[in-house]
Amino acid sequence: MSICRSLTLLLIALVCLLSLPATAQENDPGKALLINLAEAPASKVEEAVNAIVSSGDERARGWLEAYGNNRLSRVKDTGQVVLVLNNRGRDWEIADPLTGENMGEMSRRELDRVAINNTIRGQLEGILAMLDLNAPDPKVREASAQDMMGKVDASLVEPLEAQLVQEDNAGVRDRIALALAIYRVGEGNVEAVDVLAGSLHPRARAALNEAARSDNQELAASATRALESIEQKLKLNRAAETLYFGLSLGSVLVLAAIGLAITFGVMGVINMAHGELIMLGAYTTWGMQQLFPGQPGLALILSIPAGFMVAATAGIIIERSVIQYLKGRPLETLLATFGISLILQQLVRTVISPQNRTVVTPEWMSGSLVINDALSLTLNRLYVLAFALIVFAGLMLIMRKTRLGLEVRAVTQNRAMARSMGIRATRVDIMTFALGSGVAGLAGVALSQLTNVGPNLGQNYIIDSFMVVVFGGVGNLWGTLIAGLSLGTINQLLEPWAGAVLAKIIVLVFIILFIQKRPKGLFPQKGRAAEG
Amino acid sequence: MECGTADAVAPVRFMTNCTLKPKTEPKTQLKKRTHNMSLKKHVKLGLSALALSISFNSVAAEDPIKVGILHSLSGTMAISETVLKDTVEMLIEQQNAKGGVLGRQMEAVVVDPASNWPLFAEKARELLAQEKVDVIFGNWTSVSRKSVLPVVEELNGLLFYPVQYEGEESSENVFYTGAAPNQQAIPAVNYLMNEIGVERWVLAGTDYVYPRTTNKILETYLMDMGVAKEDIMINYTPFGHSDWQNIVSDIKRFGSAGKKTAVVSTINGDANVPFYRELGNQGIAASDIPVVAFSVGEQELSGIDTAPLVGHLAAWNYFMSVDNDANYDFIDQWIEHTGNEQAVTNDPMEAHYIGFNMYVEAVKKAGTTDVDAVKDAIIGVTVPNLTGGYAAMMPNHHITKPVLIGEIQDNGQFSVVWETPSLVAGDAWSDYLPGSRDMIADWRKPMFCGTFNTATGTCGASAGEMAAADE
Amino acid sequence: MWLTRPLRERSTQLFLGVLFAALVAVTFLHLFMPQDSALHVSAFTVTLLGKYLCYALLAVAVDLVWGYLGILSLGHGAFFALGGYAMGMYLMRQIGDRGVYGDPVLPDFMVFMNWQELPWFWHGFDMAWFAFIMVLLAPGLLALVFGFLAFRSRVTGVYLSIITQALTFALMLAFFRNEMGFGGNNGLTDFKDILGFNLRTDATRLGLFIATGIALAIGYVICRGIVTSKLGRVSVACRDAEARTRFLGYRVERVQLFVFVVSAMLAGVAGALYVPQVGIINPSEFSPLFSIEIVVWVALGGRATLYGAVIGAILVNYAKTVFTGIMPDAWLFALGGLFVLVTVFLPKGIAGLLQKRRKAKTDNDTPTGQEATA
Repeated sequence: MSICRSLTLLLIALVCLLSLPATAQENDPGKALLINLAEAPASKVEEAVNAIVSSGDERARGWLEAYGNNRLSRVKDTGQVVLVLNNRGRDWEIADPLTGENMGEMSRRELDRVAINNTIRGQLEGILAMLDLNAPDPKVREASAQDMMGKVDASLVEPLEAQLVQEDNAGVRDRIALALAIYRVGEGNVEAVDVLAGSLHPRARAALNEAARSDNQELAASATRALESIEQKLKLNRAAETLYFGLSLGSVLVLAAIGLAITFGVMGVINMAHGELIMLGAYTTWGMQQLFPGQPGLALILSIPAGFMVAATAGIIIERSVIQYLKGRPLETLLATFGISLILQQLVRTVISPQNRTVVTPEWMSGSLVINDALSLTLNRLYVLAFALIVFAGLMLIMRKTRLGLEVRAVTQNRAMARSMGIRATRVDIMTFALGSGVAGLAGVALSQLTNVGPNLGQNYIIDSFMVVVFGGVGNLWGTLIAGLSLGTINQLLEPWAGAVLAKIIVLVFIILFIQKRPKGLFPQKGRAAEG
Repeated sequence: MECGTADAVAPVRFMTNCTLKPKTEPKTQLKKRTHNMSLKKHVKLGLSALALSISFNSVAAEDPIKVGILHSLSGTMAISETVLKDTVEMLIEQQNAKGGVLGRQMEAVVVDPASNWPLFAEKARELLAQEKVDVIFGNWTSVSRKSVLPVVEELNGLLFYPVQYEGEESSENVFYTGAAPNQQAIPAVNYLMNEIGVERWVLAGTDYVYPRTTNKILETYLMDMGVAKEDIMINYTPFGHSDWQNIVSDIKRFGSAGKKTAVVSTINGDANVPFYRELGNQGIAASDIPVVAFSVGEQELSGIDTAPLVGHLAAWNYFMSVDNDANYDFIDQWIEHTGNEQAVTNDPMEAHYIGFNMYVEAVKKAGTTDVDAVKDAIIGVTVPNLTGGYAAMMPNHHITKPVLIGEIQDNGQFSVVWETPSLVAGDAWSDYLPGSRDMIADWRKPMFCGTFNTATGTCGASAGEMAAADE
Repeated sequence: MWLTRPLRERSTQLFLGVLFAALVAVTFLHLFMPQDSALHVSAFTVTLLGKYLCYALLAVAVDLVWGYLGILSLGHGAFFALGGYAMGMYLMRQIGDRGVYGDPVLPDFMVFMNWQELPWFWHGFDMAWFAFIMVLLAPGLLALVFGFLAFRSRVTGVYLSIITQALTFALMLAFFRNEMGFGGNNGLTDFKDILGFNLRTDATRLGLFIATGIALAIGYVICRGIVTSKLGRVSVACRDAEARTRFLGYRVERVQLFVFVVSAMLAGVAGALYVPQVGIINPSEFSPLFSIEIVVWVALGGRATLYGAVIGAILVNYAKTVFTGIMPDAWLFALGGLFVLVTVFLPKGIAGLLQKRRKAKTDNDTPTGQEATA
């Protein structure tokens, strides 16, 4: 009985809760503001936005953010402005912007988006940043001050100056001062040039460049001087940046090639399906993200072991079903694995889709690590670089310190002798191939963060992988590492000068010529194993 | 029986007789040819020594209308082209459900040219010469079209080409339902220049003919508009380029010169994902340096996490997000056809939708599927498009289209921010290239010429051919 | 005379007999059978067969270096494509002022790209003899330079295979560049006529088909002549034990270079005949995957048999034609499966199967000495 009663009470309370805002809604000033925004023609939008900001409504921020993200719509029939919570598919989940109450799903046909474009979005960003300048966390304040660069206009100058006075964090003050100076240089203020003189921020440079072209002699002269000193600093940063680009490209090459260095270099199997094993790793990442929707980071971390296992299993199947019958006929493995690669590609097309799949980059991997205003290292590539080095170190450990590694080396050097010492060569073959394939899978997991995840993924890397392994010297893991990193760096050094296509051609010609000079690659295998 | 085959101008009276026939007879033809049947044929083909082919008797009236579909289902282009195959199949199904055309059912003949350009020509020949299809819907890349073109012209076929392309072509046998440069590139640049105030331009593209031509046209156009040479940066990358670090960093540097900068991207399909990722990671936001793309549609975006790309632009003649009932119906049908709730539609699909309906209308108008009659009938045919307007087939075999500029949203869709006030007619020969400035195409009699030179008053290529024939 | 020796061999006679019989049969069936007869061979089929024969000649060229010299070239597509481009340039020049822009000298794509004058390397290609020499010379020279460098420094095995792959990959990227002046990605297309014959007539198609058949016959005899000559025996020795041959005093690299260059020229001829029949040449012929596919044909047909290469090339490409038509969604499964099954179950390819059957029939009647596989 008591349960029944309390349930009824709860229900009544709920109904009250739901109906209260409904009545309140009619008089809610927010409603008029939003409708005003929705109905504003392009020229009046700014006014409507400002009206929302100056209303001081605490929900304003949410509305503006939603507006900026295209999440504000109007119901065609009733004219009500709603928040769109989920805008994928045909039916959209909507909510009331005034109460935050979820209104369920509504067909896309019934909704009319409140239009926004880049110009308004730019202004909106400035306004939102302005709102954030009052946040308690200095990090947030600094970030928002950073966002203000180049977005300051006449209306923001005064509040910013006020902010500058009361701000106690030096970093935030610098940023605000810079943002103001950029605006002032734009207005022709000569003193402000000095503030910008040491800054590497592209917006500051843009403002100075513009000033240097101006008719005001004094302004132009001091801006030119400031630019010269900036250029000096930039050169160093640019060199560091190119080096980073090179290492980053190199690490991708190393990752793609290192699995091949084992299957091809150590076992002598020319595995044309290597690229498709990489592809499997990438698809595993996609699959994991489907399993854990909304948690791309967790899915990504879990797909490291999963990608390894999937590719390794595929490797074992390939080894058992095909490669074991081709012992001692390395060139024929090329043909059989070429066939396998065709099958795997088409399998993915048929089973999953011929289209590329979306792999989401987790929050902590997007954006970049800011060293200074001119030099920032993209985080996803930084992680991939680190990941490549870890994988390489792990492989070295396995090959040098474990029993498996010992056996692999023994079997490669002298199969018959190893077998007579009691090593089960067949088992070692399986394990080696699985290891190589698994590492290819790891490469796939990493590449899913950089490039397309689609059926053609493997083909794009197979040729580069072979080049790296051969350039480094077949059968030498160190060679693969050095070769990958150096080829990547050479490519990136050449690129600004020769263009992307020519740079690649030059690198290829370089490899061809290099092999003439050292027919066994950078680090040739020595001794008996080198022959045959 | 032999109605509407070789004769160029078949009398309409006869046609009605022919078309009445199937109504009195039970329809035995299936709407789509089953694999079994063709398998049997090919086994026979295989048995009778190597590729001794069996030629069929000419098409009888109660036979279905054969629609060849020439889209790659494997290889690098499968990513883009498979959906187009599905689109045409869906349209055929719908048309058959409505009772077909002229009382005849339609039948799809699907082949796979496997992203291999010579194979495109071979398959086109197979479709026209062996399968005797009445019309082909197909091709994506320019090179595949160039490869197929001589075959279609020689065997007098009909080809509907659904993709935006570089222009500079008008064939008697090809109907270009995608955008010509003046229906995509130039309006987009106008938008950036007038609405956003862009003064500095990066023209980035994949190194092949479409970007090359488009950029050439844009460069001339921009310089005509008073943009200085040093304010234009042109960059080309290979197909499938995946390392954009340097180029994006260059763009960033180029953009810090104090003038509003935009990137006009003709980067092709696969290379876009790493390009946009790099843009996002290097912190180039759309409000700083907007990128307007001509080859990135919903299909491409479905492979990208679009959250960091919100606000970047694309110029097309159709977006899936267009608020229009015809479009919503099309999307519903498409989702039903594919069985995938997340399936997206895109511009080339709309082009096929338009092209298919135009073909159906033209066949109805001509009363026959005879190629020459359809070619004559289709000029001036007007069908609804999916954006709430109408598409008309122009005498130069291009169609009228609205030009829409859309901003990328976080749900992988575009929101339309601007559109041309009226429809734009496709221009086969660009006004901004010195070689083609004076050329027009008009496939109506008496001009009937794809390369008419208005300066000399002669028809370019055919004049040469006539001279050669005289010798 | 080394060239006439093969003509006395039974296997060569058999091969040439079958080839000529096929040529005559196709010609007859094409010309004299009524259009609607079941036995009529359409112009489409003739061109298709012509294409297969081009591939067959290419496969023979690859088999010459792989089967008898032990060099697994993953870059023979480059020589094929170079021959094709030489022919394509000739055909482009033949268009003359019949291009869409009506420029008497410049091909359409150059007008289109705003080129003012013909690049230097396009000169001469308006003359057939010059173009035909270039068909041999361009791939030959490339093979000579590349081979000279590689063989001199004793690059062998996989290293050689991979740098041949790098070669064709680099060339592909280069030809994709529009600045190179070869039409970029679109390549060369829209050809009108060859040696004054209209390419769009069935008679020209038949003529090209027959020419390809004859070229294949000549190519086959040349290869047979080389492998049965003393030089051929030395090259087989190189294949099986390079170091030992060198120690016996043979100049291994010269033998290798000679055979490699001949093979490249044959590939060039195959490319030149291929282009007018398919109507387009573009950089995708340089694609490393295409080169690998050629090797697959040879392996499938049977390495070091020459006729096996012919069988393999025709069979795989015929299968491709059929499968892409009847099961467009799944033909790659069939093709890929075929490669796997053949390598696992037929290590000597189809030719090996034939040999086995022949051996079983006539026991130890036929002396097939040098056909050892490495």
